[in-house]
Amino acid sequence: MSVPTELGYTDKHEWVSVQDGVTTVGITSFAAESLGDIVYVEVPEVGSEVTAGEPCGEVESTKSVSDIYSPVSGEVFEVNEALEGEPETINSDPYGAGWLFRVRTSEEPSDLLSAEEYTKLTEGED
Amino acid sequence: MTEGEDGNATHVTTPILSGVPMSEPASEPRVTALREVHEKAGATLVEFAGWLMPLRYDSETAEHKAVREAAGMFDLSHMGEIRLRGPQAAEALDYALVGNLSGLKVGRARYTMITNEDGGVLDDLIVYRLGEEEYLVVANAVNTPVVAPALAERASGFDVEVTDESADYALIAIQGPRSVDVLAPLTDADLDGIRYFAGYEHTVAGEPVLLARTGYTGEDGFEIFVRPAAKAPKVWEALMSQGAEHGLVPAGLSARDTLRLEAGMPLYGQELTAELTPFDAGLGRVVKFDKGDFVGRARLEEASRDTRPRRLIGLLARGRRPLRKGQEVLRDGTTVGTITSGAPSPTLGRPIAMAYVDGDLDTTTGAFSVDVRGRNEDVDVVELPFYKRRS
Repeated sequence: MSVPTELGYTDKHEWVSVQDGVTTVGITSFAAESLGDIVYVEVPEVGSEVTAGEPCGEVESTKSVSDIYSPVSGEVFEVNEALEGEPETINSDPYGAGWLFRVRTSEEPSDLLSAEEYTKLTEGED
Repeated sequence: MTEGEDGNATHVTTPILSGVPMSEPASEPRVTALREVHEKAGATLVEFAGWLMPLRYDSETAEHKAVREAAGMFDLSHMGEIRLRGPQAAEALDYALVGNLSGLKVGRARYTMITNEDGGVLDDLIVYRLGEEEYLVVANAVNTPVVAPALAERASGFDVEVTDESADYALIAIQGPRSVDVLAPLTDADLDGIRYFAGYEHTVAGEPVLLARTGYTGEDGFEIFVRPAAKAPKVWEALMSQGAEHGLVPAGLSARDTLRLEAGMPLYGQELTAELTPFDAGLGRVVKFDKGDFVGRARLEEASRDTRPRRLIGLLARGRRPLRKGQEVLRDGTTVGTITSGAPSPTLGRPIAMAYVDGDLDTTTGAFSVDVRGRNEDVDVVELPFYKRRS
């Protein structure tokens, strides 16, 4: 299981990357492995507003349905449309081609976990 | 993402494994003789019906496809084995179960059910006739604590001994078109001579077993009852080494559930419950009235004369959003039924489901949909099973 050090994490197993006021959100390798084969993803619509800590989408595997919680507040300006036809990309490349959506934010997301802190969290759950 | 209590992310409405209550276990789950083998193979182990069982080893979709195209091996040691032995074993089973077990030939197996006095299904069973006076009843793990005492009680008026031997047995299933190739070099049995739903004493990997040509996947395959259970790792490892060149992979309960759903096979706790008679489930053919009295007979005779109050239909989604147990089925916007099992189908590439609807519902007209958490997803009503192997 990989946890890239350059990303921030939430305790709900999303990863977050912030660059030039744009926040990219995905789910972690730990989450993808725990869920099993991901067969359906619903991301927020482009132009919609998401609120930090609120559900904004769903990830479904063969055996489970999970809410995606937005780690940040702001306007969604891009979503990963390729996931609609190939949701399994989240299993094969969760930190790359498996990204979920991008949000334009005025503030840096707060309370993110470091890679080290997130790893500790997952070890407690594994 | 939300987190389930077992570390697997699960939605509040959807159990990680279908067919069993998701309540916290009262005690530590039981483990099978193959637990270490599974751990070494990297299995995700989950509690199922009071047992710690492999959910999947790697990708459950790949395991599913391996069973359809090559072969997969399952640990089913959680299932219950109850032996009846004695001069009146056949009569006892004819009284205890809905089927005609006295008519079963030695060496053959039969799918049957046990009901309560009201005709409600307590479990679906495979019964093997091992000898003139000897049967082995195979029950679902979750129901074995009900079935074993019920059989003992119902057999008390007959000259027969009933023993719950579940703890003595391990059960390994090998399923898929290459099953014969995998098994043949390791057994003394002439596999071509073993018909579907037959079972005999043989050896596999040098160990005495009950070898049966049965399964729950819609494919050809075998179930290997190993006693004592401690011999199971040796049999498993021998099959796995032999099977590697044929594409054999270990497969978990997740693949098993999607395989049986594609094959249109009912699962206890979903399509079958104590609130439904076999007729309600569309499986009235397993009830045989051409025999003497049996538990549930009076009520089942009534049920057989009723216009069937409901029937099981197949649904195929037009989109990709999975259908799940408990979701409502609508025709032209009006609720007409409820899904009992639903999952993405690896073979069809789209979500499928089985659902109960009223028996007189005309499914040939109208627009069908499923309410998936507040949004209607379009579906088509299709014939069951969703998948049938080429024979």
